[in-house]
Amino acid sequence: MAILTIQILNSLLYASVLFLIAAGLSLIFGVMRIVNLAHGSLYAVGAYVTAWLVGRGIALGVPLKWLFLLLPVGALSVALIGMVIEPLLLRPFYRRAEEYQLLVTFGLIQILEDMMRLIWGGTPLSADTLMDALPIIHVGGLFYPAYNLVVIGVGVIAAVVLWAGIYHTKFGVMLRATSQDRRMASALGLNVGLVYVSAFGIGCFMAGLGGAIVVPTQAAVLGMGIDALIIAFVVVVIGGLGSLKGALIGAVVVSFVRTAGIQFFPELELAVLYLIAALVLLVRPTGLFGTA
Amino acid sequence: MNADLKASRSRSVLKLAAAAALMLLVLIVIPAFVEVYQMQLLIYGLIAAIAALGFNLLLGYTGLLSFGHSAYFGIGAYTVAFVVQYLGPHSMEFYILIGIPAVAIMSALFGYICVRHTQIFFGILTLAISQVVYSLALKLYWETGGSDGLRVPRPTLLLGWLSFSGPRGFQQFITSYYYYVLAVFVVCVVLMWVIVHSPFGKTLQAIRDNEIRARFLGIRIRRFRWIAFLVSGTFTGLAGILWVPLNGLTTPDVLYWTFSGEIVFTALLGGFRNFTGPIVGGMVFTYLKTYAVASTEYWQLLLGVVLVTLVLVLPTGIVGAISKLGQRLARGKS
Amino acid sequence: MILLKTVNLRKQFGDTRACDGLDFVVHKGEFLSLVGSNGAGKTTLVNLISAHLQPDSGQILLEDRDITYTSVAERIKAGIARSFQIVNLFDGLSVFDNVALSIFSREGKTVKMATLAEHDYDVRREALEVLDEFDLGSKAEVLAGGLAQGERKLLDVAVAYALRPRLLFLDEPTSGVSTRDKAQIMDTVSSVVRGGGVTAVVIEHDMDVVFRYSDRIVMMHEGAFLADGTPDEIRANKDVASILLGAPLAS
Repeated sequence: MAILTIQILNSLLYASVLFLIAAGLSLIFGVMRIVNLAHGSLYAVGAYVTAWLVGRGIALGVPLKWLFLLLPVGALSVALIGMVIEPLLLRPFYRRAEEYQLLVTFGLIQILEDMMRLIWGGTPLSADTLMDALPIIHVGGLFYPAYNLVVIGVGVIAAVVLWAGIYHTKFGVMLRATSQDRRMASALGLNVGLVYVSAFGIGCFMAGLGGAIVVPTQAAVLGMGIDALIIAFVVVVIGGLGSLKGALIGAVVVSFVRTAGIQFFPELELAVLYLIAALVLLVRPTGLFGTA
Repeated sequence: MNADLKASRSRSVLKLAAAAALMLLVLIVIPAFVEVYQMQLLIYGLIAAIAALGFNLLLGYTGLLSFGHSAYFGIGAYTVAFVVQYLGPHSMEFYILIGIPAVAIMSALFGYICVRHTQIFFGILTLAISQVVYSLALKLYWETGGSDGLRVPRPTLLLGWLSFSGPRGFQQFITSYYYYVLAVFVVCVVLMWVIVHSPFGKTLQAIRDNEIRARFLGIRIRRFRWIAFLVSGTFTGLAGILWVPLNGLTTPDVLYWTFSGEIVFTALLGGFRNFTGPIVGGMVFTYLKTYAVASTEYWQLLLGVVLVTLVLVLPTGIVGAISKLGQRLARGKS
Repeated sequence: MILLKTVNLRKQFGDTRACDGLDFVVHKGEFLSLVGSNGAGKTTLVNLISAHLQPDSGQILLEDRDITYTSVAERIKAGIARSFQIVNLFDGLSVFDNVALSIFSREGKTVKMATLAEHDYDVRREALEVLDEFDLGSKAEVLAGGLAQGERKLLDVAVAYALRPRLLFLDEPTSGVSTRDKAQIMDTVSSVVRGGGVTAVVIEHDMDVVFRYSDRIVMMHEGAFLADGTPDEIRANKDVASILLGAPLAS
């Protein structure tokens, strides 16, 4: 029973991180109709930056409590990167063929992945000091790090904040208006450029936050970005691209299936997930709640 | 069609044929002037050109951007390696005979899954599939040699008539293999040219330009995309088959997403809206990569930067830019 | 003789009844104009008949054959073709290739990979004939994307016509074109279509065009038929006049 609870908690943890990544991807697609292939790599950047900052912080003797503030800082750094990328590299292509967009973001993956290798090298970078800073709690007769609950909590809070932001604030209205009809929104005086860069920034923040909160539980490694991209893709396939609800449900589904899959087919973990994606696409091409 | 149009058409076809013949002549004569190392590079270039040619049937002519073409290249390479493992070393023809159906079947299978979707989902699905194949090659190490890969010895050519051993064996192999690959390359180019100018090729372009209208001409979109995928994967797979005896070894690297990226890059570099673009891209890229790898450990970064710059500045690629230049000069003259 | 008939055809979008139980009849050989204000349901009707949309209920019969649930490809084989309101061409292909493709498709030759499209002389001849009929012969080698708007509209019709349909739907073939070009386009379209014995249904807003070229005019309003008759009969119809001019309906 305790083991089951731990499995569930682990799935929720994974779902939390996945939700952040997928929601960011979906938000960007929903508002701007573009898919940033480098989204997974930005998640990885969030992980690396956070782990590195934590490392520096520890070296400088910063008390642990303050180190937790580095999590949102890591996420913010990714948001800033995104806000530089969007106007420079993506905006020239909105009116052009979709291929160019995909090509540019693919090139971005190569740049980001190798930059991570350049800056931090091939050895994994961890931040488990943060996780260890929080107590271990008892679940049944077993031990479980309280930090994991924090991750789950962050995911839930993010979902609520996003939902509230999109549906209950003026900015949210601007986002939705621009996503419905860009030209109309612009004709009504909305600064579409500002909306775009903000939406992209928020999406990247989500990805970075996902990386930031996950890195205390699992070290940042090269290649984590691509794996994340593909799994995030599975999530949006199931949930539907452009839907917040879809990202949430998709993240939960993928996460639980993955936990179950690891139990029975550890070797083929990734393959099982990709298979699910392919199956879902076969049956319901736009996902459960998709707007694509 | 009036006589003027007909005449100008034959003139441009003649020009094309002349240019192609000239290029072929250069390629045939080159080995006399270069060393073994350069010839190896040329062979790699021709192989990259074949891979890109196959890839571009999907991108340039059908409008589908695949990020997982490394899968077909790798399946071609690993098929040859498996043949060596289980049936022993054989002639190149045998490898090709077994390899082509293998890549064709896998392309058909994966293509069937992928073409049900457009653009973004198609792209990521192709990526996901190649990652699955990659992870299988990596994890099933008892079959695939894992990250160490599998070795492939020098094959015999022309059904065993030509074999290469002894002190000068390597040099002789490279020279002979160069002409061998060149011959296959010419066949591939001719085949692809015919396909692209056939009714099938026109149909693909129509689907690329306007899917809805194509449907309202009675064209079954999905079927055509699937067939294009099959042909495309087979060409790229053939490149993989030709590659592994030269490389002597196949590893999972050749299935990794970064390799797919290289294939995409070659098409973009040469220009994916032209027939010759991928060919030029394949050859130029091979040289570019060799120098990039030699100059920095972070050549992936360099490539990424060049890719992004290309898309921003020279989206029509080398051939596209040259042809635009040519048009401007022609207009200037008249 | 009746070529096409719909029986109680219905299509609803949310609360809007685009087609409200329509019994539409098209006679063989006639040149029919489908008119009505925007949102009357004309394009929806054409979309239903050409299989762009599926009806909620009702039937579509082509010479007594029920084609209600057949696919686009099957309907084209049965002899129904259409052009689009927003010009829909293959801009990257030449004018010639655009038309040739229809013929290749019709003949089932599109899968042929091993022969050059140019070398199919039957298809070439026919494609050029069609282009000449539509006065586009001189532009055969030009890329479709490079044509003027009027020529694009003609090509759009030619591509559908090259499928040699029995029933041709043209969705606003003169929209976005100057008044002078309109007459030219309609002259060409009308003479080619009639000369080829093809039955045509044209969605049109320009009433001058409608009255000049049609054998029969069918007027739609809010998903239903309001009037149906020859140009003279329609001219005499008071309800039509009010709809067109905005006056209240005569009781």
